[in-house]
Amino acid sequence: MLLARIKEALSSLYEDIQEIQEAPEAAEAAEEVETAAADAAPAEDAQPEESPAEQKESDSEEASEEAEEPPAPPGPRETDYKTKGYHLDAALPPEKVVAAAEILSQQGFFIEAITGVDWIDEQQLEVVYDFNHFDELCRVVIRSRLDRNEPEIPTISHIYQGANWHERETHDFFGIIFTGHPNLEPLLLPEDADFHPLLKDFKA
Amino acid sequence: MNGLLQQDLNQETFTINLGPQHPATHGVLRVKLVMDGEYIVEAEPVLGYIHRMHEKMGENRTWAKFLPNCGRMDYLCALSYNHGYVAAIERAAGIEVPERAEYIRVITVELNRISSHLLWFGAFVLDLGGFTPLLYAFDDREQILDLLESVTGSRLTYCYFRFGGVYNDIDDSFITGTREFIKRLRERLPMYDALVTKNIILIKRLKDIGPISKDMARRYGATGPVARGSGINFDVRKHEPYSVYSEFDFDIPVYEEGDSMARYMVRMKEMEQSMRIIEQALDKLPEGDIQPKKAVKMVKPEKGDYYHAVEAARGSFGVRLVSNGTNTAYRLKLRSPTYSNLSLFGEATKGMLLPDALALMGSLDLVIPEIDR
Repeated sequence: MLLARIKEALSSLYEDIQEIQEAPEAAEAAEEVETAAADAAPAEDAQPEESPAEQKESDSEEASEEAEEPPAPPGPRETDYKTKGYHLDAALPPEKVVAAAEILSQQGFFIEAITGVDWIDEQQLEVVYDFNHFDELCRVVIRSRLDRNEPEIPTISHIYQGANWHERETHDFFGIIFTGHPNLEPLLLPEDADFHPLLKDFKA
Repeated sequence: MNGLLQQDLNQETFTINLGPQHPATHGVLRVKLVMDGEYIVEAEPVLGYIHRMHEKMGENRTWAKFLPNCGRMDYLCALSYNHGYVAAIERAAGIEVPERAEYIRVITVELNRISSHLLWFGAFVLDLGGFTPLLYAFDDREQILDLLESVTGSRLTYCYFRFGGVYNDIDDSFITGTREFIKRLRERLPMYDALVTKNIILIKRLKDIGPISKDMARRYGATGPVARGSGINFDVRKHEPYSVYSEFDFDIPVYEEGDSMARYMVRMKEMEQSMRIIEQALDKLPEGDIQPKKAVKMVKPEKGDYYHAVEAARGSFGVRLVSNGTNTAYRLKLRSPTYSNLSLFGEATKGMLLPDALALMGSLDLVIPEIDR
């Protein structure tokens, strides 16, 4: 099953980002509980997918974090295809996107589109990557949130050449900088354009 | 100055612009070409001449008010764009569509697909220097435009689908007219085969020329006849059945060669399959409403993002919408097929003769307003 395979492969990207994604209060709380949970029985069953070798090595630490696990552990999320139109939704920090694209490319996915969303209230820009597979229906969405004032994310155009234009377009519309992109010039906008029309505070 | 001149003399390449006003680009597309004699060293499409920012328009008007925009992107297969957009909103807002409306949608979209392929057929052969087939193709296409005009009210930039249904019911004269047209086209296609497909000049211009490999199609996200001409069995109608496509028996023509001829053959065979679908849909056409009993008035999809793809005449057209629960889109992304299909042009034409590259460009079936949006 392609969906299960890609979900497992993408899960590997989340191994070391437990802390980055957690809210700061939760991380502090975890330290406090650490001593209390030292002799508590490890609740392994509810753990997210991780390589078994690493699980055993960090048994005690894992258990303490498990004790007050937030409701949704970070990792690719399966979505309801009927209502949403895609199968897998993976939110990743920007530096992990290239690794995710490599995994998807190895599994034979093709790129549908790249686009942005301006979350101005949260002062964030989101980059959304849509992937699909020719042989089996499996739509995967990779998303990454960037700081709105410094929107930078590495390019994936060396893995998916089709991303070249999609990234240029996203740069046109949102001003997101794809570092390492071979030619981040305006594509759809005029060549001297210095505005980004899809930003919510853009006024014509 | 002298050094600069020397450099130019040593460099045996030169740069030319193809377009933005050039008959072979079928619209305002410019291709920057670095040439070594008649051979292409580098080709870079320059887009944006007819960019209208449809995606921003989507953000500053209600969901329903964006409907007319859909017909103005891919103006040759406008109903597919209608379909993709309304289907995305129906998915997001959970609107049920009566069965009869879905059947009418399929019939009209497939008619539109045939008309789009017919126009491509004429224009493509025109690119290669054959003038007459264009007149034949337009003659056939005219019949479809008349039929569609009788139900949609317009001849090209249709705005026929509504959230939850269609705007107008089809009547008996449309049904008999469609059946007559299918009978007519069935008689014409063998003639096209004999006159054009088997023509030695056409074969020499297309066979083994402009190869696009499976892997290239995947890396660039090429879909539609371009992918199917490269041996990829991918058609959204079968792959991800939407509307009522799962109820019809039809084949997806796939050719392994990946050359311009393969892409030509895919479209010619697709017209036959579209006719099969229309016939079955007319036979099975259920009675009933064409819009939901409870009229869809104010559409307010729940917060979240949604995706819906349909098979347009040129490939997979996708709508990704982000709703914040109001009657206007927070973000409306339109994934147009030719945008991805054209992006491989630079890699595919490296080292190719210029006239062959133009044949390849024709076989991609470009519609510029859809690329630029």
